Amino acid sequence: MPTSEDLAAIWLTLKLATIVTFLLLLIGAPLAWWLARTQSWLKAPLGAVVALPLVLPPTVLGFYLLLTMGPHGPLGRLTTFLGVAPLPFTFAGLVVASLVYSLPFVVQPIQNAFEAMGDRPLEAAATLRASPLDAFFTVALPLARPGLVTAAILGFAHTVGEFGVVLMVGGAIPDKTRVVSVLIYDQVESMNYERAHWLAGGMLLFSFCVLLALYGRRRNGRHG
Amino acid sequence: MADGAIAARFRLAYPGFALDVDLELPGRGVTALFGPSGSGKSTALRCMAGLTRAPDGLLKIGGDVWQDEARGVFVPTHRRALGMVFQDASLFSHLTVKGNLDYGMTRARVTAAEAGRDALCEMLDIAALAERWPDTLSGGERQRVAIARALLTRPQLLLMDEPLASLDVARRLDVLPYLERLRDELDIPIIYVSHAPEEVTRIADEAVVLDRGRVVARGAPLDVLPSASRLVEGGRFGVVNALKARVVAVDDAYGVTRLAHPAGEILIAARLTTQREARVVMRATDVALAMSEPRDTSVRTILRGRIEKIDATESALAFVTLTLVGGDRLVSAITRLALDELRLTVGADVFVLVKSVALDERGL
Repeated sequence: MPTSEDLAAIWLTLKLATIVTFLLLLIGAPLAWWLARTQSWLKAPLGAVVALPLVLPPTVLGFYLLLTMGPHGPLGRLTTFLGVAPLPFTFAGLVVASLVYSLPFVVQPIQNAFEAMGDRPLEAAATLRASPLDAFFTVALPLARPGLVTAAILGFAHTVGEFGVVLMVGGAIPDKTRVVSVLIYDQVESMNYERAHWLAGGMLLFSFCVLLALYGRRRNGRHG
Repeated sequence: MADGAIAARFRLAYPGFALDVDLELPGRGVTALFGPSGSGKSTALRCMAGLTRAPDGLLKIGGDVWQDEARGVFVPTHRRALGMVFQDASLFSHLTVKGNLDYGMTRARVTAAEAGRDALCEMLDIAALAERWPDTLSGGERQRVAIARALLTRPQLLLMDEPLASLDVARRLDVLPYLERLRDELDIPIIYVSHAPEEVTRIADEAVVLDRGRVVARGAPLDVLPSASRLVEGGRFGVVNALKARVVAVDDAYGVTRLAHPAGEILIAARLTTQREARVVMRATDVALAMSEPRDTSVRTILRGRIEKIDATESALAFVTLTLVGGDRLVSAITRLALDELRLTVGADVFVLVKSVALDERGL
């Protein structure tokens, strides 16, 4: 049976993933919109930066995030200036790190959806008196809904499955930064295989269900 | 510039393509921009809509200036009182038909009563579709909804970019009569882009012919299309004539209708029982000429006319423009060989033979 320690880690993980997914949709939609429609030379470099977390080892990402958020990094200076606690080894720091880590999983599906719809719906909206902002909210976003749902699912699942970056940036402080993946690591380190099983098995089942939902949706989308 | 008239001047250059047009267009009626693909007709239309910005463009409509780059004026598309119908209808798939219709209307701050929504939907036969989703409509229905959606904003100008080109022949025939009604009932200028001569002759009051980004001819469709039709593939088969004639009698035994026209009797291989007047459409390639009245022929419709103009193309065909008795004009496409062997010349009186099977209101 899960212990209160397990439940706390699960709750923390879900809280983190929910907050991160919500923020990433807010950041990711405009960013994806820009990437999908810009003709600026910045498109390629920015697109590459967004995709970096896909290829970098979490340790590299975590290392630089730690430096950035540390007392001498730009984010660290900002938090000092604002008079708030430094971000490393806090829940807020975990949120910031996860935003970076899961960014491509949210931006890319939305960007694909925007690119697939082309210019025509927006041109039609413009000839029907919709300003660009109006057309974004009333035409582009609704038409990109399948992409947005995919982005939310992937962003949530990927944040839940995060390990290396969390360990680098957040450590394993109970109720603050010790998410499920970190707790499993701790249990295995202490040879508590039975406790690890509960959590690892749960994660396996969760991930499978998420992917099943995702691929099921895609298949339905193709036929419907 | 007359009331509501349009002045448009656009110059644009991409690699391999240049557009250079300077047009004064009438403030009402249908003006067709005709030309082959790549002639710049759609680009010119997009410039009018403001979807493409010509760097030193000028566009005035009535008293409004929508673009005058010399003075730094460029009104963005969404602030222009125009309606546009795209080739693929471009209905919003996340909205119902009603949602699509309301989209522009509410943004233009027009009420359903002001826009005459019910009458318009009635006229376009889409009133029953209000709750349907665009995916469930036929191509012709989609295009009619798109037309209504554009008109409900009460535009000063209606732009149509090959609205029938994406439809198959049957669907095209669904929509064409509606376009003809719109032309007769709307009092705003309509710019109609097409590469199909038959659409242009049926719908447009005037045709502007574009080729490689420039205006090469302009005038009444029957005047310019015979020579312009060679610009588009298969175009010479698309030159069509439209004559108005009065229904005289329906012969039920043979299933034919007799119509009276000043130039002679026209026979249609169909029963036109409900109409008093019919618009008869016939292809130029289905109209033959004879110097003397042929006697033993199966052709039942023989009209009298005089040759007004001869356009000999470089191909095998020649277009002969005729003035019929009564003043209507008609184009016949015959071979150059026949032209020379019959020694047809401008001013000659001829008999105009039209196969009755070719006479069909729906004959496109």
